[in-house]
Amino acid sequence: MLPLLGLVAAAAAALVWAVPFAWMVTASLRPGVPADVAALWPAPPLGFGNYLDAWQSGDFPTWYLNTVLVCGGILAVQLVTVTMAGYAFARLRFPGRDVVFVLFLLQLLLVPTLLIAPNLTTIVALGLYDRLPGIMAPYFASAFGAFLMRQAFRAIPRDFEEAAMLDGAGVFALIRHVLVPLARPSLIAFAIVSVTFHWNEFLWPLMAVSSPSRQVLTVGLASFASGSEAGGEWGVLAAGTVLVGGPLLLAFLVFQRRFVSSFVFTGLKG
Amino acid sequence: MPRQRAGTLRIRARPWLLLAPSLVFLLAFTYWPLVQVLEGSFRDQAFGSVASWGIGNYTRLLADPHFGRAAWNNVLYAAGTIVPSVLLALGFALALRETTLFTMAARTLVVLPLLIPLVAAAALFTFVFLPGEGLLDWYLGPFGLRAVNWLGSPSLALGAVCAITVWKNTGSYMLAGVPQELLDAARIDGARAVARFRHVTLPMLGPTFGFVLPIALVNALVQVDQVVTVTQGGPSDSTNLLLYYIYQQAEQNHDAGLAAAATVIGVAALLVLTMASLRTMERGIHYES
Repeated sequence: MLPLLGLVAAAAAALVWAVPFAWMVTASLRPGVPADVAALWPAPPLGFGNYLDAWQSGDFPTWYLNTVLVCGGILAVQLVTVTMAGYAFARLRFPGRDVVFVLFLLQLLLVPTLLIAPNLTTIVALGLYDRLPGIMAPYFASAFGAFLMRQAFRAIPRDFEEAAMLDGAGVFALIRHVLVPLARPSLIAFAIVSVTFHWNEFLWPLMAVSSPSRQVLTVGLASFASGSEAGGEWGVLAAGTVLVGGPLLLAFLVFQRRFVSSFVFTGLKG
Repeated sequence: MPRQRAGTLRIRARPWLLLAPSLVFLLAFTYWPLVQVLEGSFRDQAFGSVASWGIGNYTRLLADPHFGRAAWNNVLYAAGTIVPSVLLALGFALALRETTLFTMAARTLVVLPLLIPLVAAAALFTFVFLPGEGLLDWYLGPFGLRAVNWLGSPSLALGAVCAITVWKNTGSYMLAGVPQELLDAARIDGARAVARFRHVTLPMLGPTFGFVLPIALVNALVQVDQVVTVTQGGPSDSTNLLLYYIYQQAEQNHDAGLAAAATVIGVAALLVLTMASLRTMERGIHYES
């Protein structure tokens, strides 16, 4: 009796959870300014006029390009840094390892977002202000990714490496051709979490660039949203939100199992 | 012989070679900023004069009512986001623990907000909270909750800001924050479920909470996007949060000293609270075994 009651309550709550999404999709498909703009089910007349308006009033092609470049750039560098560090922590013994490990741990708490004020000074000093690499640089090292790869490498039996070593392979060749293919599930899980985090990040990209041509989707959406709210164009606002959040939502619905296992597997960190 | 020495040197250098790329960036964007804010917070920079050392920035910070308000709001924001989302996550996880098509669909709905940016969630919730034609007023108005200006009222705005974060975070705590043994402990039917929950699940909540807490605290400090885009800390400072205050000092007032001192306080609070929660967790585990 009690589990059934819980199930019903949870299902009802889950439906409430979906209300903002139901409104977003509905409102984005209803052109003009209908009186019942709060409707949650798309009733005709429907059309893509709001998407057209959104696309024309924001610079979406630039925002998409910059967001893809930022996410891709961060991920490309991270995959190298976390693989190398993960291997060192998993397989090598060296003096000072525990100290370095704790130093890495620190980044799990002192996330770059918290350190925006000093990091802004740093990227200005490095000449990276108002450039996409300036948005990316604070994330090139990932303690979380290094730990994840450490665990992944530890789960791989040493026999594989010893065989490769006997063939005379160097350590980098060993990592690339033996360990990385075996640790692929962890690398994919890390990639999913990393891209999700950086696609959605707002405050740092807002501070690190000033030129409109270097803005990412979230920063673009913020300026776009305040405009359409002021004009009461809720349908256009909903369409713009779909354009920003849509790609990841779509990827999630298609690869749901992969996403969920990544989130479960990797814990809460981005 | 020299060949062999070169070999051992290479082996000795290997870990550092592998760690170097990470350490360079950690140095530049995690450790150096700490040194930088500590130094900057004790440097009193007056216009046209040489910088001197002192606690001027901290006295100015503590004298600034906006800072006090932001710090206190952040405490409320932490409590008002962590407690509801963890409890809701636990409820969802327990109620939807069986794997059927139905529970999977329900779980998907709760997880979806994880995928969209907080600014997008904020944009959607400006309409949820819009007085008159917005979602809350439109559907709850008939029940007497009419024309409440959720985001515009100083007494309600922080609650509304919390609601956005709770909506966004619950899914992630549901997926990752509730360990399997907790669910297994609760997996029993009939009247015994209540007893099991009281005597098994609840006592285990302490350690679980201690484990989730550090990450949740980081979230409570950094998830301020909706404040930046929607409320701008208002009305009358009621939704000002620590990181938004830092952002304003660094970006708008160009007051590096205040930004540095406020960052030091945020970092210190985070470190102390994390240590405390980890210690509680240790004690909890000890108690269990």
